[in-house]
Amino acid sequence: MNAVTRPLAHLGHAVLSGLASLGRVSRFAGATLQHLVRPPFYWREFLHACLQIGWLSLPVVGMTALFTGGALALQIYAGGSRFNAESVVPQIVALGITRELGPVLGALMVAARVASSIAAEIGTMKVTEQIDALTTLSTHPMKYLTVPRVLAATLSMPLLVAVGDALGIFGGYLVGINRLGFSSSTYLTNTTDFLEFWDVGSGLVKGAVFGFIVALMGCYFGMNSGRGAQGVGGATKKAVVSASVLILASNYILTELFFAA
Amino acid sequence: MIRITDLHKSFGANAVLRGVDLHVPKGESMVIIGGSGTGKSVLLKCVLGLVKPDTGSIEVDGQDVTKVKRDAFLARFGMLFQGGALFDSLSVWQNVAFRLLRGPGKLPKAQAREIAIEKLRRVGLRPEVAGQFPAELSGGMQKRVGLARAIAAEPEIIFFDEPTTGLDPIMAGVINELIREIVVEMGATAMTITHDMSSVRAIADKVAMLHGGKIRWTGPVGEMDATSDPYVQQFIHGRAHGPIEAVR
Repeated sequence: MNAVTRPLAHLGHAVLSGLASLGRVSRFAGATLQHLVRPPFYWREFLHACLQIGWLSLPVVGMTALFTGGALALQIYAGGSRFNAESVVPQIVALGITRELGPVLGALMVAARVASSIAAEIGTMKVTEQIDALTTLSTHPMKYLTVPRVLAATLSMPLLVAVGDALGIFGGYLVGINRLGFSSSTYLTNTTDFLEFWDVGSGLVKGAVFGFIVALMGCYFGMNSGRGAQGVGGATKKAVVSASVLILASNYILTELFFAA
Repeated sequence: MIRITDLHKSFGANAVLRGVDLHVPKGESMVIIGGSGTGKSVLLKCVLGLVKPDTGSIEVDGQDVTKVKRDAFLARFGMLFQGGALFDSLSVWQNVAFRLLRGPGKLPKAQAREIAIEKLRRVGLRPEVAGQFPAELSGGMQKRVGLARAIAAEPEIIFFDEPTTGLDPIMAGVINELIREIVVEMGATAMTITHDMSSVRAIADKVAMLHGGKIRWTGPVGEMDATSDPYVQQFIHGRAHGPIEAVR
């Protein structure tokens, strides 16, 4: 192999390896959906996952949205003032939060919090033979561990996005009336009159897709964790990185689907 | 009861099992000995379907294990894992009663708890332990809980994977005694893998030595010391020199 073909060989190897990984993740997602529609369903694990993924993520998603809404209002005001468009702050904050920043930033925060903890938990269960123990106790690990988490994340994430939307707009409102001189009623009227159902609805759909991705990546890398502390650490890192990248990539695809002219 | 014929399993280029033949009759306690990394755990996991063999056959009561209904098949087994493999998120009694609380033979919670406490008592643990979590227990107690979980559903076949690893000699003796008593009392068929010779003498009816991916020697535990097989002799006496190469 010479100096010209070697980089091409490396590139080919990387592409094949990437495609193989994509294939494995797709098969894992397919198996998860198959197990989802076949009994038994573990309600207790599902409710526990809803608590862990949904309820306990509320503070981090809420704070992220609140501060982002505030910062967004300041930026739009500063940018808008260059062409006398300061008055559009409420509308752009509402649109930016509901369509993009609410679902994407919320999902990234949940990915950091949830994908890592799922991957670490399941990875540790794997290296300590708890997954094998589940199987010997006639309990399918996909049904017991993956399905409840993936379903809980898919259903919880739109609710988190809805809370994030409200708090993000509230953050913009606080900055708008306290720092930028808007009157409370004008800000609220401009926001509510401008927003359409699909602005919010598209964000909620995105949230569901992102929730599915977050839990799926956590479960996939946990189930395929290497041995020992290093293996679990590697699985955790891969879960967070891949979930984050897939959230951003799927956000672009969904935005194309929903809003492309 | 369990018949393994010409079983092969490789992981990449590493051929772990290279034609294992083994027969464990009903009600017998078979102990498989062999050095670390010789494939003892892989052999047990092949029987349970946790690892898929490359070639060969495994039959339980004359039925090919790859062609049976998995849930019904696994319901006949109990397994004590090397590290206990207790579920961290569940309390001790929920671990013990795990199978009783799920599946077709699901019992009411109160009844399952009662059985779990009875099994905990059988392995020498007080009922107060039932509400604790695995992380709050010592290694020996975790092993006992694992044992209680393995016998909770009264299985016909019990597997023990390195039951005394990591325990002090007294606790190892206690666990060995418990295993022997329980296996005799339940009339279960047992397969144990270990490299602890005190376990072998306490638990086994028959011994099989796995070396080089094959069963090197098999026979009643009483004949083990008298065998002229140099591999068995080196292993049971823990000699550094002999036909088994020690990695230094």
